[in-house]
Amino acid sequence: MEIFEILLNLLSWIFVLVGSFLMVLGAIGILRFHGFWARLHAASVIESGGMIFLLAGMCLQAGDFLIFFKLAFIGLFLFITGPTSTHALASAALLDRSKPKNERN
Amino acid sequence: MFLVATIALLISIILILLRLYFSETLFDRVLAVNAFGTIAVVLIGVVGFLSNRPDFLDIALLYALINFLGTIAILKYFRYRSIGDINDSSQNSSGEN
Repeated sequence: MEIFEILLNLLSWIFVLVGSFLMVLGAIGILRFHGFWARLHAASVIESGGMIFLLAGMCLQAGDFLIFFKLAFIGLFLFITGPTSTHALASAALLDRSKPKNERN
Repeated sequence: MFLVATIALLISIILILLRLYFSETLFDRVLAVNAFGTIAVVLIGVVGFLSNRPDFLDIALLYALINFLGTIAILKYFRYRSIGDINDSSQNSSGEN
């Protein structure tokens, strides 16, 4: 039982650290990349990768079934709506960029 | 553990706010606000775990819903110049409806 607790804590540490690293990496990408489409890629790193790893690390520390269920539902909802909003943003930007009056970058 | 995650999320929020301040186009701002909302959802949950109050997860769930609706509403407004009825406002600009 003791080795199980230690293993769970270790796995949770790894998930939370990887999630935090991906969050900071995506934020640096959003700040530093040139052009809109590269920044879209960096935002997708935040919305899929970092979010999933951080919520998985919190799920391993939950200890209660209701908290685990809420975290899993938040993760599922963000996992569906994040790429949907990113796709809508890319589609709107593509339609706006194809108009001849907009010749920004 | 959650203190490290909180500090990393706050650093990410500061970088995204810098992007939001120095951006040129509209879609960069929408992108930054969307990423800010996702980070804010995770930050609310992490702060709830940090202070041993997991009731914050309800607020995080509600904020995720509002963030998705807000992004879709902004994009729909800038595509059709209207949020409610599309057919009334886009008759004079294009005949695709």
